[in-house]
Amino acid sequence: MVLQIDKDHQRFRRIVKGKIREDLRKFITRSELLGREGRKYISIPVRGIEIPHFRYGDNNDAGVGKGEGKVGDSVGDEGGMGPGGLGEGQHILEVDVSLDELADILGEELKLPRIQPKGKHRITSERDRYSGVRQSGPESLRHFKRTFRRALRRQIMSGLYNPDSPRIIFERRDKVYRSWKTILSPQSNAVIIYMMDVSGSMGDEQKELVRLEAFWIDAWLRRNYQGIESRYIVHDVRAGEVDRETFFRIREDGGTRISSAFRLARELIESHYAPSEWNVYLFHFSDGDNSSESDSRECCTIMREHLLPVLNLFGYCQVASAYGSGNFINVVHEHLANQPAVLTSRVNTKDDIYDSIKTFFSSGR
Amino acid sequence: MRPNLPKAVAKEAETIADYARGEGLDFYPTVFELLNAEQMAQVAAYGGFPQRYPHWRFGMEYERLRKQHSYGLSRIYEMVINNNPCYAYLLTDNMMVDHKTVIAHVYAHGDFFKNNIWFSRTNRRMIDEMANHATRIRRYIERYGLDEVEDRIDTFLSLENLIDPHSAFMRRESETIDRDERRKRAHDAVVRFPAKTYMDRYINPPAKMATDRAARQAEAEKAKDRFPQNPTRDVLLFLLQNAPLEDWEADLLSIVREEAYYFAPQGQTKILNEGWASYWHSTIMTNYVLRDDELIDYCEHHAGTLATAPGRLNPYKIGIELLRDVERRWNTGRYGPAYDACDDMSVRREWGKEKAPKGRVVGQGSPGREKIFQLRALYNDVTFLDEFLTPEFVDDQKLYHYRQDPATGKIVVVNHEFDKIKQQFLFMLTNHAQPYIFVMDGNYRNRGELYVAHRHNGADVEIKYAVETLKRIHKTWKRPVHLSARIDDEPILFSFDGEQSTQQHIDDSMEPPAHQF
Repeated sequence: MVLQIDKDHQRFRRIVKGKIREDLRKFITRSELLGREGRKYISIPVRGIEIPHFRYGDNNDAGVGKGEGKVGDSVGDEGGMGPGGLGEGQHILEVDVSLDELADILGEELKLPRIQPKGKHRITSERDRYSGVRQSGPESLRHFKRTFRRALRRQIMSGLYNPDSPRIIFERRDKVYRSWKTILSPQSNAVIIYMMDVSGSMGDEQKELVRLEAFWIDAWLRRNYQGIESRYIVHDVRAGEVDRETFFRIREDGGTRISSAFRLARELIESHYAPSEWNVYLFHFSDGDNSSESDSRECCTIMREHLLPVLNLFGYCQVASAYGSGNFINVVHEHLANQPAVLTSRVNTKDDIYDSIKTFFSSGR
Repeated sequence: MRPNLPKAVAKEAETIADYARGEGLDFYPTVFELLNAEQMAQVAAYGGFPQRYPHWRFGMEYERLRKQHSYGLSRIYEMVINNNPCYAYLLTDNMMVDHKTVIAHVYAHGDFFKNNIWFSRTNRRMIDEMANHATRIRRYIERYGLDEVEDRIDTFLSLENLIDPHSAFMRRESETIDRDERRKRAHDAVVRFPAKTYMDRYINPPAKMATDRAARQAEAEKAKDRFPQNPTRDVLLFLLQNAPLEDWEADLLSIVREEAYYFAPQGQTKILNEGWASYWHSTIMTNYVLRDDELIDYCEHHAGTLATAPGRLNPYKIGIELLRDVERRWNTGRYGPAYDACDDMSVRREWGKEKAPKGRVVGQGSPGREKIFQLRALYNDVTFLDEFLTPEFVDDQKLYHYRQDPATGKIVVVNHEFDKIKQQFLFMLTNHAQPYIFVMDGNYRNRGELYVAHRHNGADVEIKYAVETLKRIHKTWKRPVHLSARIDDEPILFSFDGEQSTQQHIDDSMEPPAHQF
């Protein structure tokens, strides 16, 4: 049933979204969101949505309470019938928003990457949807309510129904089962490969920046493309593939050889993701402190010769670190200049994450 | 929504209405409707009305209520609107005993609406009026666009508490007094000492009298130019009459104002009204309606409504207990000079016990019952507590006064003193715990600027909110606006000129407004 208030409710949600958009930079730096799943709700404090009135300040926080209590006992944070009157809340409004909605808001500011429909037999996907009823089917799909209604109707019509002892007995012809339709929907294939430097020079702070950025890229792309695949690679001097959970939680130590990750990414793509069928996105997060100049150059060679031809986008995000040279980004600029699929950004503080994500996705690739 | 009341419930409603009338309650015809939880949340978000104008804050309230309901935190049992006929809503998935309790409760509310003097000036056709408001605002939205209309409503809602709830009961002297009348008053106002005729020349020297008279007259002339003539508490009315608003904007403002006045008495009588309704549902249920098998459920829900979380106050509980206390006191004669003068606690405790009605008595016709009927007709929360809160009651109910400890920031019990508690109570209830704001000058510095002031009575206004609200006044007045307020015992003038907000200390070098407290 449609309620009149639904319109007001939608309007309210739109205003909330607008407010969140204004403060988006702040929200996406909240680290407690890491690793959340799409449908989970997050409470977000929304400021400036309430209507201001002349009112008394909180420094007059006094009131009358009821209950046991000696002088000096704490009565908890909640006051009694405070100056706000009876039961009138005066806190900052907290609104529940799902991660998907947040990702949508983020997405409105960015441009979706142009994922090409690749791989002919994968252009469509099949999905079953329960859309109707039929007279036969397995008992597990019996539509109880409708079956009951039919039986009731039949019994009333045939005069068998006795309101004083209402007993409904189904017959075979009363039974109704759910039926489904198969829906074909177009689907594009995309894989995102995240590579993260977990060497000793990456402190906790750097790792958190990296994870936040990876998390939001992931959340947003997952929201927009169903069946997207994500692969996670971490590396120090050696590279290894890990699962999502580990990627967002791992702590490691050691030196850095970036080429190890690039090689692994190449192997991964060559063995699983044929460029004719997949859109491939590659992101690398590091503090840019590679073990040697020659390794950095090797990275660029692998990138130019093997990876770029098959990639939609290579995004390199360098975080500022107290240690190390941070030179890798310069090497990338030098050797991979004029490559439209290569995008770089620097992240020094949490505030830069938003701009960094924007750099990667405003190209619309 | 059309009436969909099951016959069984309708029959109970009839029976209960008869019992209630038999007890002396006098209410408007009452229409009950059965709603599911979501419809109930809508109605509650709309303040009880089936229709309101489109505005997001109703949606916000709706979301809050629905969330509360789905988390099982609170249930809206009863919802009733002050209208003739009265409309009340019952929740579909409640048990019959709940319906009966709510019905009894609602009739008492209806009786209160009809007979309490503070409600006497409210519109009894508000349900139609609200629908009209909705239609008018929808029409404006069609013509001027949602964003424009919403922006104005937000602005005006920010000022909705700037009304004078007493104004409905006042007849002010005419604002236009003719010139001769003013002269005459000025003439009469000059101080003249009584003297024998032959001494008059010396005691009231003619020269002095003449200068006094001239001064008075000059003052009176000046007063004529004062705008407004007197400090005005109904800021909304002042803006409505004097702010440069388009017709449709003025109509929006008048809608906001009308609704604010309609809801004001409910804020003024929360404790008394809920106490009265709880008193009656309890009396009617336990004396007439309750079946044996419903006792446990009734007790549970009754206790639930009256439950007081530690450190909080429940208006239902305070209301019903204080009403019962008054009833008891008047039945036992515990009032008047003799009782007040008695300071022997053991005597006081036994005072008039022999007069108290014995046994399972409904109490009709007893002096206590008559007294509380008088309360429901003439009192609001402030006068109710001011007059009937006693040290014994405070002690009995374990009330305490709490305050934030400045050292630790924690809220702690400060004392159990009757005077402090009563004072705090009255402060919280006076003007519904809203600051008093007056228009002091509508032509400040002769530049058409608006000067409003906060009359300080113990608590400062919140600065952040005041600054924001001042901006909304400016949006309405469209010329610079000022608010004088006392913050930490310093007089401060907050100003907003359309571009920036300023605060300055008020001193003698500044031009005073037309009126001062």
